[in-house]
Amino acid sequence: MTLSTMLSTMGAGMLRTCGIFFLTLLFSLPLGMIVMLLRRSRFPVVQWIMKIYIAVMRGTPLMLQLLAWYFGPYYLFGWSIRGYRFTAIILGFSMNYAAYFAEIYRGGIEAIPAGQYEAAEVLGYTHAQTFFKIILPQVVKTILPSVTNEIITLVKDTSLAFTLAYNEMFSLAKQIAASQTSFTPFLIAGVFYFVANYVVAFAMERVEKAFDYYS
Amino acid sequence: MVLEMKNIRKSFGDVEVLKDISLHVDEGEVVSVIGPSGSGKSTLLRCATFLERVDRGEIRYMDTPAVTTGDDGRAAYVGAAELKQVKRYFGLVFQQFNLFPHYSVLKNVMDAPIHVQKRPKDEVRAEAEALLEKMDLTHRADAYPCQLSGGQQQRVAIARALALKPEILFFDEPTSALDPELTGEVLKVIRQLAEDRMTMVVVTHEMPFARAVSNRVIFMDRGVIVEQGDPEKVFGAPEQERTRQFLRNYQRG
Repeated sequence: MTLSTMLSTMGAGMLRTCGIFFLTLLFSLPLGMIVMLLRRSRFPVVQWIMKIYIAVMRGTPLMLQLLAWYFGPYYLFGWSIRGYRFTAIILGFSMNYAAYFAEIYRGGIEAIPAGQYEAAEVLGYTHAQTFFKIILPQVVKTILPSVTNEIITLVKDTSLAFTLAYNEMFSLAKQIAASQTSFTPFLIAGVFYFVANYVVAFAMERVEKAFDYYS
Repeated sequence: MVLEMKNIRKSFGDVEVLKDISLHVDEGEVVSVIGPSGSGKSTLLRCATFLERVDRGEIRYMDTPAVTTGDDGRAAYVGAAELKQVKRYFGLVFQQFNLFPHYSVLKNVMDAPIHVQKRPKDEVRAEAEALLEKMDLTHRADAYPCQLSGGQQQRVAIARALALKPEILFFDEPTSALDPELTGEVLKVIRQLAEDRMTMVVVTHEMPFARAVSNRVIFMDRGVIVEQGDPEKVFGAPEQERTRQFLRNYQRG
């Protein structure tokens, strides 16, 4: 197999990898916000449910969670899981990352001094205005480095989709490496992850710079 | 009467911090509240500005009731809509300034009048610029709070509070977080406001300032008003032994 054949075969996998990556971010970033808000709910029951949710998501391997999302419906309810593979992957990744993002958001929210809320309150801002105009922009700035870390981890975690026999880039690399007894596919995979994360780090640095105008 | 607080009681757990405090402030009056740490003076301000809820007592602004005595004898706050109206009557300047760090100086001053009071932007901008000029901060309008000295930040905070045109302005130890060099510029601004007949209540440790600027001084200790009156009388010839003791300790430094 020539290098260009390898690259074109793996290229299709890279697209699938990117698909997992972007869809997971698309769903988990806002979902994390919802989880965080519920985690800080004034109803103890809701808080408690969210605590358990976060504990399970962080306390068990993502690989196991993917298997559970995919095969769970069949074993629990006898539902057909044909055509459900990709949905299960996105569901598993998004639910898992939402838990991590929720905790990052929570840390950011709790780092905002009480004086900011008090100033907003005395000036007459509504609760929604206080959150969206005063608190959230400051939270975004403080959590950016942690979010960057999480996004970089996600780039590498996409390879876990092989668990559900999804042909993302790394699954293909392994197949080609085995059939051709070559290490080259792994080198290509390594370069791909490295470059992808370099781009992520570069982009996030630009975003951080955009928030540099105040401290 | 701009502010009237009657028989205010407030406890944190088992500790009663305000024990039956009554206080009224007339239009144009400058009232200084002095006293040792833990005397309840900051809590009194926080209750007056609804940052803390009182347990008992009554609060009115401009003859509009905000807190009344309920049937059970405990404090009853008026509904959210009415409370919002009453909140327009006062402003508060914090010890730690609490400016919004992500807004420029000008935006800190303009944002609430535009987005809370829904006033036209051009009008608000003109007023904000005039306020900044009064605070001697025109040249810093586009700066961010982190680029300012503490004294400048506190003057922005005063401008921000004044931009909402309150009837009464509260100051919670406005110079306590500042270097001694910077207290002067903040006190000068407050003094200027007093000359403009702004109604103010200032919790402070700056005794010469309290004596020079206020119409009335209140000395608080352990949750009660020990003594109040003309500053010359309270500072010059205090009636209560506790006041004398406090002022003596204070002069000794």
